[in-house]
Amino acid sequence: MKAKLGVLAGFALVLIALFIFMDANGNWDYVLPRRGKKILAIILTGGAIAFSTMVFQTITNNRILTPSIMGLDSLYMLIQTIVVFFFGSTSLTMINKNVNFAISVSVMILFSGLLYKFLFRREGQNVYFLLLVGIICGTFFQSMSSFMEVLIDPNEFQNLSDKMFASFNNVNTDLLNLSIVCFGAIILYFMKFTKYLDVLSLGRDAAVNLGVDYDFVVKRLLIVVAILISIATALIGPITFLGLLVANVAHQFLRTHKHSILITGSILISIIALVGGQLIVERVFTFSTTISVIINFVGGVYFIYLLLKGKK
Amino acid sequence: MKKRYLILALVIFSIASVFIGVSNISPLDLFSLTEEELQVLFVSRVPRLVSIVIAGMSMSIIGLIMQQLTRNKFVSPTTAGTMDSARFGILIALMVFSNATPIQKMLVAFIFALLGTFIFMKILDRIKFKDVIFIPLVGLMFGNIVSSITTFFAYKNDMIQNMASWLHGDFSLIIKGQYEMIYISIPLLIIAYLFANKFTLAGMGEEFAINLGLNYKRVVNIGLVIVAMVSSVVILTVGTIPFLGLIIPNIVTIYHGDNLKKNLPHTALLGAVFVLACDIFGRVIIYPYEISIGLTVGVIGSAIFIYLLLRGKAHGL
Amino acid sequence: MIEVKQLSKKYGSKYVVDDVSLTIEKGTITSFIGPNGAGKSTLLSMISRLLSKDAGEIYIDNQIVGQVKSNELAKKISILKQANHIDIRLTVRDLVSFGRFPYSQGKLTKEDWIYVDEAIEYMELEDLQDRYLDQLSGGQKQRAFIAMVLAQNTEYILLDEPLNNLDMKHSVQIMKVLRKLVDEKGKTIVIVIHDINFASFYSDHIVALKDGKIVKKGPTAEIIDSCVLKCVYDMDICIQDINENKMCVYFS
Repeated sequence: MKAKLGVLAGFALVLIALFIFMDANGNWDYVLPRRGKKILAIILTGGAIAFSTMVFQTITNNRILTPSIMGLDSLYMLIQTIVVFFFGSTSLTMINKNVNFAISVSVMILFSGLLYKFLFRREGQNVYFLLLVGIICGTFFQSMSSFMEVLIDPNEFQNLSDKMFASFNNVNTDLLNLSIVCFGAIILYFMKFTKYLDVLSLGRDAAVNLGVDYDFVVKRLLIVVAILISIATALIGPITFLGLLVANVAHQFLRTHKHSILITGSILISIIALVGGQLIVERVFTFSTTISVIINFVGGVYFIYLLLKGKK
Repeated sequence: MKKRYLILALVIFSIASVFIGVSNISPLDLFSLTEEELQVLFVSRVPRLVSIVIAGMSMSIIGLIMQQLTRNKFVSPTTAGTMDSARFGILIALMVFSNATPIQKMLVAFIFALLGTFIFMKILDRIKFKDVIFIPLVGLMFGNIVSSITTFFAYKNDMIQNMASWLHGDFSLIIKGQYEMIYISIPLLIIAYLFANKFTLAGMGEEFAINLGLNYKRVVNIGLVIVAMVSSVVILTVGTIPFLGLIIPNIVTIYHGDNLKKNLPHTALLGAVFVLACDIFGRVIIYPYEISIGLTVGVIGSAIFIYLLLRGKAHGL
Repeated sequence: MIEVKQLSKKYGSKYVVDDVSLTIEKGTITSFIGPNGAGKSTLLSMISRLLSKDAGEIYIDNQIVGQVKSNELAKKISILKQANHIDIRLTVRDLVSFGRFPYSQGKLTKEDWIYVDEAIEYMELEDLQDRYLDQLSGGQKQRAFIAMVLAQNTEYILLDEPLNNLDMKHSVQIMKVLRKLVDEKGKTIVIVIHDINFASFYSDHIVALKDGKIVKKGPTAEIIDSCVLKCVYDMDICIQDINENKMCVYFS
């Protein structure tokens, strides 16, 4: 198992090195900070998404779900659309990015908080139910934004459509620092829950039997997941199927139930996918497509394959 | 709700629909119409009315058929990947034939919608865990995946904006000469009516149906063909109307029980009345501009869907 | 000792467990019997805190369930529900080691592993311990889950239909193990069981439930009685004595 993780780590490092040093031609002062920032953003978001999907799948005891479909993506797009709709496209670039980031993250966290509160009021809560309501809210947000998009000036629309797809091409340093702090705090908070993950994967009854305060732990973990997804989305944009892709690859490749290994593995796979994807975007497609489009495509196809080959 | 009230509502809303619009035509002028008014009426207003009624009816009915076939109240073209697959098909048609005719687009969209729905049924077959809520969740995921594949090709070919128009249901662009394709739905709905009881039996499961001497595969396939065909026709003429196929049959079931054959006329009528009402609402509220049907139904529909979910939960589903 | 006092649970307006009081003595096997929908499993789930109660109190060794920390309770009482279809790739040994979670919080000590080995040995799973769960037959899987509960080393063990889907041979094997646990290790076992003959042959006490209420409770010999069973199951059951045990014949 250690060997497999080692292979993943090595592969990730090689890709990162390739990404940073390829075609640098000695322009270190220019190239290094730019690419370094991209890599940092990739590691952060990739890690956060992989981590939260893994935790989420363990809580739901289901490998075909991802927290990204809970409507947060659509909500993020709605917020961006509203900003452009009411303040014009220049505001997206003019407004302090930190403000936009803070507003987006807080609205998304507020939304998930309300969703949880609303659904966990009754007993026998069902995470599937939560997710379905989330998706429907997502459709609702989407209807709203696509309506506004029709009314927006085509020139301004261009600015907005850049936001529709995740991209590492323009990562703001200030946001990066802010996100690192947020992630750090959340990871610290999460630490005391790590030990429960293996047990939670046995299902609710078994976990309660083994003395886990199930409702308490699951609620806290869901909040952690929502915050991580919100920050990742606000930082680079929506990548719906990244989590799904890497969590399933991690399960297939590592074939273990231990979350310490699974989570580390999925974070590494996530970094490999994103750095590899970004290399393809820059070198093969020469920026004619974006990383999220590729990842969603590959992730989606892989996932349909998984669903169809699943046991009867 | 009696059938005659629904018919009455349909007639009233239809008349209202014809006479609401920017160029003012009053019912009193009906016998002294100017050339221009006649033009407006027959080029824009009547086609709009016809397409609203047919789209409302057919989307509701194929929703009902899907719910019968899967035995799940929350499955519909929107929650089973059918719509997303049809949209993928349209994109492929646009890419392959640079100037695709409507018929070409429809055929390709149909093939993709059929394939997508078929894959969804196959996935259902392979899932061990058949929770009422889990199945539409899988369908929505599947739909998301298909549209992410669509986005991949659309982005590469600079067609994102083009595709957005198929995403959003809108009746305001319907004029004579561009909507007639929607008439294809009518014979399909008649076939659906004739097969209604067989769909109910097929929904009980393959073994159950075969035991009763039903050609299970054929009935399911006919159902899926109708669903895919109607979805592609509607998406090409009107665009996506989210959740329609989900909420209308459910409302009918609530007050009318579960008999498919009896429910079909009610579902069709209520679907038409609902879409008409939403359309009139959208045209009146910010007059002289209008809100598209995709948004009105999207907003009202998601609210009703969540209500149905909560209600179902209170009744133990 | 487990004491249940005026316990109730309702779904909607229907009581599934209705004002139930009972005491479970240490060092015995107690069986809950009754027709479908009698509330047996619900009662068991409430005693083990898997399900919340609507009214009443449950005491385990004079401590109120719900006031004790869940983790402390897990060292005292364990429950195994029916339908253990988990979808993760786990070996038998891994599964059994989860039983030590209440003590070690996931970081198993040498002592923990001794308990794990003992449990595996007790359930005769040595040859299977490195197999994955999805490679096991129904009976082997059930033994693995019981081994996990054994590793948890609790005084009280609650089992919800442990014989479900098992053939005669494996059913007898499991029941013998349970009997041995009580006789040799002094455990207290409560099971929900459908086969009244297994209840009759292996348990010390029987609680007969119907429509959420207790019809009668008492030593096995008192409950395995034509009159009582007629009242519970609403059918004529003929009782015959076979080697000091009572056997119910209800096939005609």
